[in-house]
Amino acid sequence: MATALPVTSAQPRRAGAAGILLLLAIAYGLVPLVGTSYLFEAILTPFLALALAGLGLNLLTGYAGLLSLGSAAFMAVGAYAAFNLSLRLPGLPLPATILLAGLIAASAGVIAGLPALRLRGFYLAVSTLAVQFFVAWALNRIGWLSNDSPSGIIDAPRLVIAGLSFDDARGRYLFSLTIVALLTVLAWRLVRSPTGRNLVAIRDHETAARIVGVKVARTKLLAFALSSFIVGIAGVLWAFAYLRTVEPAGFNLDRSFQILFIVIIGGLGTLRGAFLGAGFMVVLPLLLSRLGTALLGDGFDTGTLEMVQRIVLGTLIVAVLIREPAGLAALLDRAFRRLSPRS
Amino acid sequence: MVAGDEDILAVEGLSLSFGGAVAFAEIDLSVAAGEIHAIIGPNGAGKSSLINAITGLYAPQAGRLRIGDARFARVPARRLAELGVARTFQNLALFKSLSVVENVLSGLANVQRAGLTAQLLGLSAARREATEHRARAESVIDFLQLGMFRGRAAGSLPYGLQKRVELARALVANPRLLLLDEPMAGMSAAEKAEMSGFVLAAREMLGTAIVLIEHDIGVVMRLSDRITVLDHGRRIATGTPHEIQANPAVIAAYLGAEDDPENEAKAA
Ligand SMILES: Nc1ncnc2c1ncn2[C@@H]1O[C@H](COP(=O)(O)OP(=O)(O)O)[C@@H](O)[C@H]1O
Ligand SMILES: [Mg+2]
Repeated sequence: MATALPVTSAQPRRAGAAGILLLLAIAYGLVPLVGTSYLFEAILTPFLALALAGLGLNLLTGYAGLLSLGSAAFMAVGAYAAFNLSLRLPGLPLPATILLAGLIAASAGVIAGLPALRLRGFYLAVSTLAVQFFVAWALNRIGWLSNDSPSGIIDAPRLVIAGLSFDDARGRYLFSLTIVALLTVLAWRLVRSPTGRNLVAIRDHETAARIVGVKVARTKLLAFALSSFIVGIAGVLWAFAYLRTVEPAGFNLDRSFQILFIVIIGGLGTLRGAFLGAGFMVVLPLLLSRLGTALLGDGFDTGTLEMVQRIVLGTLIVAVLIREPAGLAALLDRAFRRLSPRS
Repeated sequence: MVAGDEDILAVEGLSLSFGGAVAFAEIDLSVAAGEIHAIIGPNGAGKSSLINAITGLYAPQAGRLRIGDARFARVPARRLAELGVARTFQNLALFKSLSVVENVLSGLANVQRAGLTAQLLGLSAARREATEHRARAESVIDFLQLGMFRGRAAGSLPYGLQKRVELARALVANPRLLLLDEPMAGMSAAEKAEMSGFVLAAREMLGTAIVLIEHDIGVVMRLSDRITVLDHGRRIATGTPHEIQANPAVIAAYLGAEDDPENEAKAA
């Protein structure tokens, strides 16, 4: 396991900074000019929301080593909190709504994280699974949360900040992009801070961490809080910017596993892993459906697609776990190192 | 056993067993400020268990401990750094994926004061502290000649260097008491000589009291002010290297340990 996680060093980091600036320039400058509604709605916006959720989960699972199967529950808490805040406090500006929704998700995360002070590994995963089922149950049972809508499905509020509307496809993309960029900067600051170091210390050797004076219990709860804050806001994006409805089905157990797979495939313990994994997760079904139609013609319906998708994904996850536990991020690093003249 | 006021560590009648198996029993041990105190004895004698009990990882069933002015029946491990105690482990306990510098920096976790917000926003308090801690870490890294590995992941280093990184992580906090569990196990003679030099220099520079578990009797004789000998969980002798060498109980215990793998002990 010693080689499974990335080695930090200065040189790729500088190249990384330039790469990130380039990506931002493309994302803000080029994409909005040339993108189609389809690109924004079906690919980029869900990609951003999933990447953000992966980023949040990665802080908890990749960095702090605390396995969670409850990501979708925290997404749901964020989305429903934002919905209820905008419904019940109509004057609240959207950024404040989102921030508060994140904080509410963070509080839920702290409560869900309490078992982590006693449990680890498999048992912790089971306790987060219980959170997932509890939240799903609560959303179905407590009508007040969905404003007593008979179907349980509610329209998301409009995305308006200071009179500026972000309701069209491009607007929702830019809205998501901005939130994701801001929270990525936050996560990046975090993982490079002493607190970020403490997260990894607890993951690598909890006893040694305690002995050197890392406040283990507090740091674990902090990991849950920060992770759930980000995952909760990802939930807001998923509901408000992508689905445009708020409904429990958007946040079921499948979604939790999807976020976990994003992190595993992309690379545990790296920030870019969440983006690589999410990109993969969004593009894979599109590629498969193109490929399937090309090979089988009309025989390739959505049912077949879904099945093939699951098989391919499952195989890939097993392959990644065996061949490259550090995920796409490590693969990419290696390719990059091979391409660069000397290092 | 006289426990003088200047003793940084005093252990009185400490006993620990696992189920029915006695790890150690009725141990008395005192370590003076700045003293190098070796604990020797065959494998399974209870040396590591004793250190684990002193550092709060094991809960002894009887006896008392004093670290500085604080008295305990069981030391809370999370308060150890605050008490000025640092340690290394017999089996490496590094943060494998963190770099050497980050491992050493983590040895300052206990004196980390800047809050999360200050760290995230890069406020001046957090920046000042980071600079100061980095300087402290770098000076320990220089002292232990780890400079050329500072950016490497600790887990990727050869065993002997990992032992040294662990020492660096323990030293960076300027502990008053440092417990080293076999810091030279598996090292070549040259590496042992180097490590011995570091241990002595650490005591000279920081005045740290050191509890040293070591099997190489030559090293122990050279480094120690006093030696405590354990056998089957009992303390059979404490004294200066000279006294220990001449102690009949020690000689008997070591000569009795015919099939003990640490036969190098007999050579002395
Ligand atoms: N965590 C533990 N659980 C059960 N038995 C233990 C544990 N740690 C040590 N022991 C037992 O305590 C005795 C002393 O072991 P140890 O302290 O490791 O000896 P030493 O360090 O002198 O080689 C041994 O019999 C060992 O098996
Ligand atoms: Mg031992």
